[in-house]
Amino acid sequence: MSCRCGKAAVMEVRRLRAEFCRDCFLGHCTSQVRRMIAKYGMIRPGERVLVAVSGGKDSLGVWDMLLDLGYSADGVYLGLGIGRYSDRSAGFARDYAQSRGVVLREVQLREEVGFTIPKAAPKRSSPCAACGLSKRHLLNQAASVSGYDVLVTGHNLDDEASVLLGNVMAWDLQYLARQRPVLPAAPGLARKVKPLVALSEREMAAYCVLKKIRYIVDECPMAAGNKHLALKELLNAVEDRTPGSKTSFYHGYLDRLHPLLGHVVDEQHQQLHECRRCGAPTSTPTCAFCRLQSEVLQSEVLQLAAPRRAEPADRPTRPAGMEAGDPLDA
Amino acid sequence: MKVRLHHPSRSVHVDGPIRARVLCEQLGYNRESVLVVRGDDPVLGDAVLEDGDSVEIIPAISGGAV
Repeated sequence: MSCRCGKAAVMEVRRLRAEFCRDCFLGHCTSQVRRMIAKYGMIRPGERVLVAVSGGKDSLGVWDMLLDLGYSADGVYLGLGIGRYSDRSAGFARDYAQSRGVVLREVQLREEVGFTIPKAAPKRSSPCAACGLSKRHLLNQAASVSGYDVLVTGHNLDDEASVLLGNVMAWDLQYLARQRPVLPAAPGLARKVKPLVALSEREMAAYCVLKKIRYIVDECPMAAGNKHLALKELLNAVEDRTPGSKTSFYHGYLDRLHPLLGHVVDEQHQQLHECRRCGAPTSTPTCAFCRLQSEVLQSEVLQLAAPRRAEPADRPTRPAGMEAGDPLDA
Repeated sequence: MKVRLHHPSRSVHVDGPIRARVLCEQLGYNRESVLVVRGDDPVLGDAVLEDGDSVEIIPAISGGAV
């Protein structure tokens, strides 16, 4: 198989019925990002850009493309305290920043808010619920406090299509209305943008392999059984039979259905006010993150006050996949 | 050939020659969910993998909190 330029192809994108050589594939990825930025007005000339970097393929890939497109973009890494997984993720983020000579800001949850994700996980329906809530709050805070105009995340087509499927299955109009590639700036909130929404996870993995960007391939040990991973597999089963299904599902929603939900967005904005503890926008007296923080810190105090028992059964549960030497809250 | 896999990290032996698409099927992977890499580069589904090739199947799907 050959690329349309005549060189040997290394990557196929079945939804486009296209095979690409290395250079044409990298050009395809960058042009998709440029197209999404233009279509949705994600980044304006001269704006300060902050990329949320996890050490994975999507966040390092989007950072790389933005830098190649000429944007001045810094990175921010959140240390979630998930043992060796967090240590290794941070290493990939630091190595990439050093290789490009760009700024990587680091926020360690333990130092910043007094807890880690393994400590917060039991307080919500799943570890990912506590993690997502913490990430949204702290990334927004990092962008706002340091004066960035735009916060970029590495959400890709598979992420967005799986979330959309989950929201459709629940017919949750509020979540559906919020699912856009651009969440506009508001008092206390930086504009949040997702330039990868036209690229699949497979394309992002190929992008990093071809650009020799080293990233963490291991899955987060706390994400085992995550609902969205199952929804992604379901969507890929459909995509395998009918290439292009994910694109038509997600982008068809954005183009045809989302405009009809404008009134829901307006209602959500009218309900927002400042959290009485941290000042972040919220629709409740205290924001969800401050409530989580209170619950976790209160538990820590109670545990410290309780008499210590030596039975093995009282030891904290180690999430599946964490290694024997991994500290639960390192 | 030795094929490197992830989640968990391990290696399996597969006889070549074999097309990348068939390798995925044999190992139970949806080819939309993985990337087959020979040496340093991805390969197409029709690519024939030979004994002696260094092959890795990289999971493309990831993510917990979105």
